[in-house]
Amino acid sequence: MKYGYYPGCSLERNAIAYHESAMAVAPLLGIEFVEVEDWNCCGATEYMSVHMLPAYALIGRNLALAAQHQLNGKPRLVAPCSACFLNLAKTDKYMAEDPRLARLVNEALAAGGLHYKPGSVQVRHLLHIIVEDVGYEAVAAKVVKPLYNLRVAPYYGCLIVRPTLQQPFDNPEYPTSLDRLLRVLGAKVVDFPVKTHCCGGHMTQISEETALELIRRLLKNAADYGADMIVTLCPMCQLNLDGYQEQVNRRFGTDYRIPVLYFTQLMGLAFGLPPEILGFGKEFVDAGPALAKIGAEPPPPEKKERPPKEALPMPAMPAER
Amino acid sequence: MSTAPSSSKSQERIGVYVCHCGSNIAGLVDVKDVAQWAGRELAEDGVVIARDYQFMCSNLGQELIEADIKEQGLTRVVVAACSPHLHEATFRTACQRAGLNPYLCEMVSIREQVSWVHTDRDLATAKAKALIAGGVERVAWHEPLEPLIVPINPTTLVVGGGIAGIQAALEIADSGYPVILVEREPSIGGHMAQFDKTFPTLDCAACILTPKMVAVGSHPNITLLTYSEVERVDGYVGSFLVTIRKKARYVNAETCTGCGLCIEKCPVRVVDEVFEAGLGYRKAVYRSFPQAVPKYPVIDTEHCTYFQRGKCKACQIFCPTQPKSINFEQKDEIIQVEVGNIILATGYELFDCRRIPQYGYGRLANVYTSLEFERLCNAAGPTGGEVVLRDGVTKPKTVGIIHCVGSRDSKYNSYCSVICCMQSLKFAHLVKERTGAEVYNFYIDMRTPFKDYDEFYQKVLAEGVHFVRGRVAEVTDAARHPGEEGKIIVQVEDTLIGRQRRIPVDMVILSAALEPRRDAQEVAHKFGIACSANGWFIEKHPKLDPVATMTEGIFIAGCAQGPKDIPATVAQGAAAAARVIGRIHQGHLALEPVRASVIAERCSGCRICNNLCPFNAISFREDLGVTEINPALCQGCGTCVAACPAGAITGTQFSNEQVFAQIEGLLMLDFSGAPRGAAVRMLEPALS
Amino acid sequence: MSESERFEPLIIGFTCNWCSYRAADLAGTSRMKYPPNVRLIRLMCSGRLDPTFVLKALANGADGVLITGCHPGECHYLEQNYKAMRRYYLLRAMLTQMGIEPERVRLVWASAAEGARFAEEVTRMVEDVRRLGPLNWPAIAADGAEPAASRNGHGPAAAAETAPVVPEEAKP
Repeated sequence: MKYGYYPGCSLERNAIAYHESAMAVAPLLGIEFVEVEDWNCCGATEYMSVHMLPAYALIGRNLALAAQHQLNGKPRLVAPCSACFLNLAKTDKYMAEDPRLARLVNEALAAGGLHYKPGSVQVRHLLHIIVEDVGYEAVAAKVVKPLYNLRVAPYYGCLIVRPTLQQPFDNPEYPTSLDRLLRVLGAKVVDFPVKTHCCGGHMTQISEETALELIRRLLKNAADYGADMIVTLCPMCQLNLDGYQEQVNRRFGTDYRIPVLYFTQLMGLAFGLPPEILGFGKEFVDAGPALAKIGAEPPPPEKKERPPKEALPMPAMPAER
Repeated sequence: MSTAPSSSKSQERIGVYVCHCGSNIAGLVDVKDVAQWAGRELAEDGVVIARDYQFMCSNLGQELIEADIKEQGLTRVVVAACSPHLHEATFRTACQRAGLNPYLCEMVSIREQVSWVHTDRDLATAKAKALIAGGVERVAWHEPLEPLIVPINPTTLVVGGGIAGIQAALEIADSGYPVILVEREPSIGGHMAQFDKTFPTLDCAACILTPKMVAVGSHPNITLLTYSEVERVDGYVGSFLVTIRKKARYVNAETCTGCGLCIEKCPVRVVDEVFEAGLGYRKAVYRSFPQAVPKYPVIDTEHCTYFQRGKCKACQIFCPTQPKSINFEQKDEIIQVEVGNIILATGYELFDCRRIPQYGYGRLANVYTSLEFERLCNAAGPTGGEVVLRDGVTKPKTVGIIHCVGSRDSKYNSYCSVICCMQSLKFAHLVKERTGAEVYNFYIDMRTPFKDYDEFYQKVLAEGVHFVRGRVAEVTDAARHPGEEGKIIVQVEDTLIGRQRRIPVDMVILSAALEPRRDAQEVAHKFGIACSANGWFIEKHPKLDPVATMTEGIFIAGCAQGPKDIPATVAQGAAAAARVIGRIHQGHLALEPVRASVIAERCSGCRICNNLCPFNAISFREDLGVTEINPALCQGCGTCVAACPAGAITGTQFSNEQVFAQIEGLLMLDFSGAPRGAAVRMLEPALS
Repeated sequence: MSESERFEPLIIGFTCNWCSYRAADLAGTSRMKYPPNVRLIRLMCSGRLDPTFVLKALANGADGVLITGCHPGECHYLEQNYKAMRRYYLLRAMLTQMGIEPERVRLVWASAAEGARFAEEVTRMVEDVRRLGPLNWPAIAADGAEPAASRNGHGPAAAAETAPVVPEEAKP
C-alpha cells in the first residue's frame, strides 16, 4: 500500500518520536510512504483565524503537490498530525463546496505554477489507514510482545473525530477505533470518557490558565481510572499533556506522573522493535516505570466479584474485541 | 407481433368530462379549450359529448354524467380530473346509478399529473389533451365487468397480545365472532404489563390490564396461542390460510395447574432480558410474571441444565401433577388456521441506548432506561417498587431524566416518540413520591397534548421538579471538582439561560425512543403490507383510513403503526375490530375484478407462466394440456399476461388492446399540442 | 442555442398502481415541478409490462420510455418487479441490436413516498433523451416492420405516410 506522506512541522521537531515510530512500523504493515516534496506549513490552528485565504492557499499548495504523486488510482495522502489532517481535509472539502474559494485559492497557487482540483486527493489520518486499510487482524498478526498488564487511556483529541468531515470514520462522540487497536496490542484499555475533549491547543500561549485547567481535567480522569499512560495520536495533545504536566502539578498541587506516548510507539514495542528506533526517551514524563509493568505473561482473567445479592444486574455490553 | 388494436370498437358513444377542480386544474389548464377540442377532434374516435364543469365530483357534476348516459345513450365515460386513487370509485358509482357498467368509466389525472406539476399554461393544456386522447382510445376497449364476490370467514386472526391486540380480540369476541390471538412471548400483556403507573391518572397498569388479560384467557370465542409465531400466510381476504408455529414449552398445558413448584425448584437463575428489561432475574423454567395469561410456564432450553448438560430434571421430579406436566420431549407444533381477516398489533421495541455511548448506558451503573425504571418502581418488580441505585440499596438524592433519547435526532430517529414527555413527567413524579429526591428533567420541547396531560405537567411543576431546556451533551463520571466526585454529571446547554451547565446527579433515566420491531420488514412482507421509511407499518390513509392497509383483509393497530400512548393504542385496537366486525356482518366482500385468465384454445401448454405467480394462482392441467388460473387466488398483477409467448393470457382492465390504444392516444398530439404527423417535433426556442 | 437544446422529446411512462403511480400522485400533491414531456400509463404492476408496449410506444413516435415500479423487495405483488427487471435487461439488449440507444428506455424504482425522486427521475430522463435527440422511429418503421395501420390513423404505418420527420428540415 503506497501513500503520500505529509509529516508537517511537528513531526520534524517536538513529535519526532511519532515520525520515527511511524516509519519503523510502516514497513511491517506493508505501508510505503512517499513524502510530498517541498511541502510547507499547514497553518496549524491559529492562522485560520488571522487570515482565511492565505491559510487555505498554504494548505492548497500541499494538496496540489500531493496530487502530482503518481500513485495507483486517486492519490491518498496521510497526515499523522491531527491538525495537519484536519486542515488538509477541510480545505479540500470547502474548496469542493465553494467554487469561489476554489477559484481564489487556485489564483494564488497559479503564482507558483500550481493548480488543485478539489476532491483529487484523498486525505487520511495515520490511525484511519492502520485500522481501515491494514486492519486489526493484520496488526494482530505482527504482535510478538503483547503489552500485557499495561493500562492505557486512549486519547483521540478533538480534531480527527469531527462529524463534518467528508468521511467520519468513527463515532464522533465516543470513538473506539484506537481502543480496539490498543487491545489488539495486548494492553488493557481503561474507560476514558474525556477521550475527545480539548487538550487546550495553543491556549497555552494565549491563556495559560484556561489551558492548564483543560489539561488537568484530562490528567485527572486518566489517573481516576488508574491508567499507566495516556496514548495519543496528535503532536499537540502529546505536547500539552506531557510538557505542561509539571506546570499543572505546580499550579494545582497535584502529583501526576502520567507518561503520554504515541500509539505508533506502542505498536513498535508490541511488534518487538528496539525502543531506540521508536523515539522513546524524548518524553518529559519518563515512560520507563510504566513500560516496566509490561509483563511477559497475560494477566490472569479478572476475577468477577460476585455482586451482593440485592444488587441489580448491569446491562449486557457487546463483548470486547 | 400485433401491436395495433383492430377498429372493431369505434362505434362507442363516449362522453368526456373535464373537471376544473375549482382553480386547482383550471388555474393552469384551459379546461374549456380542452373540452371543446375533445368534442371536436375526438368525434371520429367516438366522443359524442365533451363538457367541462367546476367540480365533477360534486353531486351536480355526477348528475351531469348520469343525465348524459341516460339521455345521450353514452356507452363509455372518460373523466379528466384528479388521481383515480381519489375518485375512481365516485365516478364508477355514478355510471352504475345511470345503468352503465362501472368498469366502462376511465379516469384521466390532469391535476396530479398536469396542473400541479407543470408551470406553462399552453404546454399543460396540450398535455391534458393528450392524456384525454389516451383515455378515450383506451376506454373503447373496456369491457363490462362484475366485481368478484368473496365470502368472509367469520374467524379473525389477531397477531400480538399487547393492549392493542387484547382490545381488538375482546371487541370481536364480545360481538360473538371467533378470534385466534397469537403472541410470541409466553404470556400476553405486552409492554403495558411491564409498566407501573400510567399517565396522567396514575392508574396502576396491572390493575387495569390484568382483568382484560383474564377475560382473553377465559373468553369462549378466543383461542389463545402464546409462545407462537405466524410462519406463513396464504390466501386472500375472506379466506386466509395461516400457518402458525407453536413453540415447544416443554410443559403440558392440559395437565399443568400453574402451581409454580417447578419454578421454585429450578436451580438456574438468569437475567430476564424481556419482561424485567434486564433488571431482574428469572429461572430457566419460568412464567413472565405472576399474573401471566396463560398461567403455565415455559422452559428456556438455552439456560436449562437438562437441555444443556443432560442432567437435573428438578422441575419434572417436583411436579405434583399426575401424569407429570413437564415433558422434555415436546416438539414445536405447526398448525394451520383459516381466517377471514387479520389484525396486526405487533407493537414496538425500545431504542437501544448503547447506541449513544456518550450517555453512558451500560458503562455507568446508575444510568437506567425508561423500561428499566418502569420495572424499578413497579411494586412487583425486582426491588419491590423501591427506587434505588444499581447496588440495590441506596436511594438516590438527585435524579436526572433525559427526554428524546434516540428521538428527534437526525442521527437516530428524526420522529417524535410521542410518549416520552408524559412518561418522563410521570417518572419525575414517582421519583419525588418514592424518594423525595431532587429531580431534573432535560427536555427539548415539552409536548403534552390530549386530555388532562398539560394539567399533569402543571402538577409536576408545582411539585418542584426542575426543568432544563436543552439537549444533553454527555452523561459522564469524569469529575472535575470535588463536588462532582462519585456522581454522574449531566452536561447540558441550558438554552433558556444560554449557559453550559454541569448537574451532578446520582441516577439518570433515559427516556428512550420507540422503534419498530427489528423484524417489522419481514413481518410486513409475510402479510403482504408495507413499512414506511422509518419502519412502521403503513396505513391505507394517514387520516381517513388509519387502521386499514393497502392489502384487503389486513388491518393494523397500536404502536406497530407508529409511536402512540395507551389511549390511542386502545382506540386503534377497537377501531380495527370495528372494521373487521363490519366485514363479517356483510358476509362477503366485492373485489376489483382485475384478474388474468387463460384462453384455452391459444394456450400451447408451454408452462412458461407457471412459475411466475407468487400467489400460486397458476396451475397446469395435465389432463387438458393447458394452464389454468384460479381467479380467487389471482391478484391481477398481470406478470403472466406479459410473459405468455402465445398471447393466450388476458388481463381484464389491463388488456394489451387497452394499453396499445392508450399509447396511440397519448401520442396523438406532440409536445406543444399540435397533431403529430407533420414535421412539427422541432420546436422554436425551448419554452422555459 | 444548439439544435438539441430545442428538441422536446415525448416520453411514455409506465407506472405500477401501488408505488410509482402514487409517487406521481405525491409529486402532484406536493406541487413538485417536472417537465411536461412524459405521459403516463397506469398498470397494476411493473410485471405487467409487456416489452411490446415499449416497442409500440417507440414505433408510434415516443422518443423514450420510462418504466417505473416499486423498489425491489417492496412489490405489492411480492416479487413481480424483479421479473420486470429481468425483461428490462433483455429488452435493452434487443434495442441495441435494433440500433436504438438503450438509454431511451429506463427502469426506475420509486416508492409511494418518493414523489421527489419521481420528479427528479422524470426531469433527468427528459434531459437525457433531449440530448440523444429524436428517435424518429415511425419513419424507420415505415418500411413495413409494422402491420396494418391502426384505426385512428395514428398507427406507425399511418405516421409514416404523413410524417417524414427529417431533422434537416427543422434546422434553422
